[in-house]
Amino acid sequence: MKIHEYQGKLILAKFGVRVPRGEVAETPAEARAIAERIGPRVVVKAQIHAGGRGKGGGVKLAATAAEAEALAARMIGMQLVTHQTGPEGKKVKRVLVEEALDIARELYLGLVIDRAREAAVVMASTEGGVEIEKVAAETPERIFKEYVDPATGLLGFQARKLAFKLGLEGEALKQGQRFIASLYRAFESTDASLAEINPLLVTKQGDVLALDAKMTFDDNALGRHPDIQAMRDLDEESPLEVEAAKYNLNYIKLDGNVGCMVNGAGLAMATMDIIKYAGGMPANFLDVGGGVTEEAVTNAFRILVSDPDVKGALINIFGGIVRCDMIASGVVKAAKALGTKIPVVIRLEGTNVDLGKKILAESGLAFSAADGMKEAAERIVGLVH
Amino acid sequence: MSILLDEKTRVVVLGITGGEGTFHAQKMIEYGTRVVAGMTPGKGGTRHLGVPVFNTVAEAAAAEGAEAAAIFVPPFAAADAIMECADAGLRLVVCITEGIPTFDMLKVKTYLRGKPVALIGPNTPGIISPGKAKIGIMPGPIHRAGSVGIISRSGTLTYEAVQQVSRQGYGQSTAVGIGGDPIVGLKYIELLELFKADPATEAVILIGEIGGTAEDEAAAYIKASFPKPVVGFIAGQTAPPGRRMGHAGAIIAGGKGTAQEKMDALRAAGVSVAVSPADIGARLHEALTRRA
Repeated sequence: MKIHEYQGKLILAKFGVRVPRGEVAETPAEARAIAERIGPRVVVKAQIHAGGRGKGGGVKLAATAAEAEALAARMIGMQLVTHQTGPEGKKVKRVLVEEALDIARELYLGLVIDRAREAAVVMASTEGGVEIEKVAAETPERIFKEYVDPATGLLGFQARKLAFKLGLEGEALKQGQRFIASLYRAFESTDASLAEINPLLVTKQGDVLALDAKMTFDDNALGRHPDIQAMRDLDEESPLEVEAAKYNLNYIKLDGNVGCMVNGAGLAMATMDIIKYAGGMPANFLDVGGGVTEEAVTNAFRILVSDPDVKGALINIFGGIVRCDMIASGVVKAAKALGTKIPVVIRLEGTNVDLGKKILAESGLAFSAADGMKEAAERIVGLVH
Repeated sequence: MSILLDEKTRVVVLGITGGEGTFHAQKMIEYGTRVVAGMTPGKGGTRHLGVPVFNTVAEAAAAEGAEAAAIFVPPFAAADAIMECADAGLRLVVCITEGIPTFDMLKVKTYLRGKPVALIGPNTPGIISPGKAKIGIMPGPIHRAGSVGIISRSGTLTYEAVQQVSRQGYGQSTAVGIGGDPIVGLKYIELLELFKADPATEAVILIGEIGGTAEDEAAAYIKASFPKPVVGFIAGQTAPPGRRMGHAGAIIAGGKGTAQEKMDALRAAGVSVAVSPADIGARLHEALTRRA
């Protein structure tokens, strides 16, 4: 799960990670009041989940509280377009108003789980403010890494090593070590999957602060972090994906026009692949789960066809112990209730295949049953084009 | 022959008295798995599905000689269950549970270091040696005994591969789901080593997906030291970057872990890679007949 920058900074501050003074505003008047308290020089930052906000005009410096109000008035309600939002952009609902600081250096600090090493890794770089992937690709020697033993957590000497490698001195060295240690504590304690501080700011006075903060969390652990779960912003997610999640369905909207519905994530990806192999493009990823029920199938079908881009649907269920007649009747019921007109090809494996096929044939709908994934994909692609 | 599991393996089912545990333990027994005990804390001393239930894994191991475990407990209790099995000295632990937090699995992997236990999963359909035994939730009847080893990160896609193998007239020595999570127990290399040593396994099907580098590591191992034919498939060729495709582990992050990258690595290692998932069986037939 992703959260906003201002939420990330609230979490980090709780663990002793130093962040600039600032507050979030939902109206221009609020932005002005905050600037009057902490300014007058402030930075106004649009709060959307996507990165690249600065280049898109979502981060601006204000010299006075009145200017902060004017900037907030322009940002709140705008569709902010960045390289991560797509051309339609994201609507800005809030801005973060923060004290403006005297920047001496911009560094990078990031924490992720390294799957191959099976450990959390702290990455630090002197190349702050730019995309870390670019640094990793072009000048990998400028990224310093410390792997964390899950049994001990990040050790003091590891934080110290990184702080020295970042070239910190005096007060900044002391603060830098503390910052790295606190950031790791926040990362582990919240079951985060990513904590990225880019840039990590060193001021002329030697203070070390998180100028930006990006955190994402392990969805599997949210159950034990209700405070973080409450930070979820559904407006940042696709409405169909939110609707699907209500029924424990895994749905992701894609660009094509062949809707697909599959049980199991691997088979769902493979079904998308075979649609493309047959010359079509998948409109979505939709996994109804390994142990599929009639209700899940009905809801999944409704969500699938409510995407206006979908011109035809492929249903691929490898049941094993699931009854095909149950799946078939779930789909037929949903299609009749919705008055579905688009062609639907269904590939079923499992108990009662023949009964399932009979239900489809007798439904009076434009449905057909296919043997195997290949036949199913070729047929639906032919019907859609 | 088979790897890790056969009809003699003595199995304890953790969470046997729960709904899912009961259902799948029953299916395992029907398939021929030697389920010797159940374990549910607080239900010790009772019987369920005809086997004694214990409060701890250690008791099940001592009283019934359990050497392997099937874990059907909720996600927040599962990591503890895996470590309890390792502590009790079991040699094989199959964790079916989906949704275990990543940090819990990091602790598990640290705890298991140096202990003689093979962990399969979590978030796996399990392991099956057809005609002998299964520990997991896969449908038994689609499998048939034979000479093809299968290693896969997914569930239903494995069933798809199994069916294609069976339709080509081949069977499986053992089929293993390594699990769809970012951090899992045995990965491709450890299982390839076992299949290499198993005289009954003539070829291996390796099914991967986007995310992580496990398939690339497997490719390097195959190139260096795996002599039997391997057929590969990677799911997620059409997946967009940055989106988690159902499995927690299936995500293209920072431009890394794409299907193309993995397919190229496998091809360079001499693996016959099926581009279409419908061609897995045909590729296997090709690989086995070319060799013969």
